[in-house]
Amino acid sequence: MDFQSCVNIKKEWDIVGARQLGRDIAKKVGFGNVDQARIATAISELARNIYLYAGSGKVCFDAIDELNEKGLRIVAIDEGPGIQDVSQVMEDGFSTSGGLGAGLPGVKRLMDEFDVISRQGEGTEIKVVKWLR
Amino acid sequence: MEANLKEIVLNNSNEIVKMWLEEIERNRKHDYTSTISDELFESTNREFVNVIFSSLEKEGLTNDIEGFAERLINLGWPLSYLTDGMQAFRRVTINYILSQSNKVDTTYFSTVLSKVDEWVDPIINQLVNEYSGSWENIVSLQKVALQELSAPLIPVMENITVMPLIGTIDTERAKLIMENLLDGVIKHHAEVVLIDITGVPVVDTMVAHHIIQAAEAVRLVGSTCILVGIRPEIAQTIVNLGIDLSKFPTKSSLKKGFESALELTNRKIVGIENTNKDIEELVDSLDRE
Repeated sequence: MDFQSCVNIKKEWDIVGARQLGRDIAKKVGFGNVDQARIATAISELARNIYLYAGSGKVCFDAIDELNEKGLRIVAIDEGPGIQDVSQVMEDGFSTSGGLGAGLPGVKRLMDEFDVISRQGEGTEIKVVKWLR
Repeated sequence: MEANLKEIVLNNSNEIVKMWLEEIERNRKHDYTSTISDELFESTNREFVNVIFSSLEKEGLTNDIEGFAERLINLGWPLSYLTDGMQAFRRVTINYILSQSNKVDTTYFSTVLSKVDEWVDPIINQLVNEYSGSWENIVSLQKVALQELSAPLIPVMENITVMPLIGTIDTERAKLIMENLLDGVIKHHAEVVLIDITGVPVVDTMVAHHIIQAAEAVRLVGSTCILVGIRPEIAQTIVNLGIDLSKFPTKSSLKKGFESALELTNRKIVGIENTNKDIEELVDSLDRE
């Protein structure tokens, strides 16, 4: 897949970089204030997961501009250890790092489409879409 | 033969400098230095070339380079001016030496190349080091400055303190916030602490988690924490994320938070009665006298 722009996540501050770029793109697509905050928060969660669990990876953005639908697609890719049990991490309150355990289920609620592909030992790819309405 | 090469360069320095200046001038048209006045540009070029030749003559690095680089850094000249200049010097010198010799075989050619590299590379290295050293210095100073701004605690009234948070909260800052908050609560005998997140751009689960922990810690030392400055869009994302902030009071603005902090400490703001009346009476009484 060809992405318009990607941010590599290696340090904690890269999360801020990803968030800012995502917010800029969301603004360009035409999202309002609330949706911009939602998108920025979702990016923050995804990027932080990469930083915390995989160590490094990237977050890519893709503005969708088709005839009858506009939106923003965000893909978070890493080559980390993978998620052991996807259905478990989608439960509220589950965390292996002592956090709130609201990250991934929260992202699902913040965005319109949500898709996880994870292979143990190979990595994780999370694809989310927010449609402009 | 190697000393020979150096002699060729030194003896014909005027020629080489002329070629170098021409090359620099040509490069200049389409780049960064176009905003710099011609005089300054020329005098800097002269100085630059002097520095290069003096280090060539003495066969080693001199303090001249250091001083020159330092001055350019202070003036804000880009590093690329120096690296481009050195590359131009390399090209010009090699061309010149090769054009001066009658027969050029491969050994001679490679000797010339490696000799010129030997002159040029240490200078480039030093210049780059000077520049990156100054950048690293700036970055570390800014980091310290940022940390000082990080988590201020302001006692606004007896028993009430405010901690305004501005900007991104990372793990390091979260730790600092917690420490400052607890230290401050003890030091100022605060009964109520207001944490203002108006300036926090994104509240994700990590930020929320840190705030909850801070509030819980404040509760443990016997004070109350009120979270204020929750903007509508932040409120919506917090709800979407499913974060439970019901354990402590929250308010939309610092003003409302402050009012409820006063209530918690059994106080309220009362307007002073019309003082103009007193003044009028005073003026009246003066008139009578």
